[in-house]
Amino acid sequence: MVHWSAEEKQLISSVWGKVNVEECGAEALARLLIVYPWTQRFFDNFGNLSSPTAIIGNPKVRAHGKKVLTSFGEAIKNLENLKATYSKLSELHCDKLHVDPENFRLLGDILIIVLSAHFGKDFTPSCQATWQKLVGVVAHALAHKYH
Amino acid sequence: MLTAEDKKLVQQVWEKVSGHQEDVGAETLERMFAAYPQTKTYFPHFDLHHGSDQIRGHGKKVVAALSNAVKNLDNLSQALSELSNLHAYNLRVDPSRFSSQLLSQCLQVVLAVHLGKDYTPEIHSAVDKFMSAVAAVLAEKYR
Repeated sequence: MVHWSAEEKQLISSVWGKVNVEECGAEALARLLIVYPWTQRFFDNFGNLSSPTAIIGNPKVRAHGKKVLTSFGEAIKNLENLKATYSKLSELHCDKLHVDPENFRLLGDILIIVLSAHFGKDFTPSCQATWQKLVGVVAHALAHKYH
Repeated sequence: MLTAEDKKLVQQVWEKVSGHQEDVGAETLERMFAAYPQTKTYFPHFDLHHGSDQIRGHGKKVVAALSNAVKNLDNLSQALSELSNLHAYNLRVDPSRFSSQLLSQCLQVVLAVHLGKDYTPEIHSAVDKFMSAVAAVLAEKYR
């Protein structure tokens, strides 16, 4: 079980409280598809992903980004119980979606860069450290049911 | 790996930090030590407190090396050759650390913090590729 200090919980919730889930989610997913173009392999039916502009403007990317980050919000509400919270989602990513868990790590790092750009100096080194821990733990929970 | 456009973007971004190299270097290292404590194992001889002279000094060195790389994007292998030797034979930093992009992530966070919206997806992509290329060169001589 992962331990979260009071300070870490505070750093997580204070950042999360200011996040626009729709915007942030859309941007994070778009950047994943742009910076690591091989991740597009999971989104054949998303239509036009031919350029950064196309990806950023793609409504399916925006919608899916929002979905993904909304789910991330669930993790934040259940920090003491992540593996259970993500159990079904983990099975889904393994059995149906066939997503290499490395992709969770990539998305986590990208999310942090998106947060950095939005919050600037307020995204302090302690903030980043806590969030790197968070995205790592979330990625781990999502990979937990893989077989 | 790096397209002509990528190279242009990397040079552009580097221009923007050219006045703040020392700060960028120090902040990158500070973030790396905070977020990835395992990286501290390579600096047992350093004072790792916030604002330490050693961190500033070393950060400055790292950014200077990256600046040199940015000036020699067409020939990274040669430009970083000595550093590559140093990392392989003296420092022996675990090469998977390079590929797990710990330094790259922290540098990019610093750039994003300072540039905000100007750290566009295109620039993000170019810098990520650049740091990837640097990491590959540094690990070249390991065995």
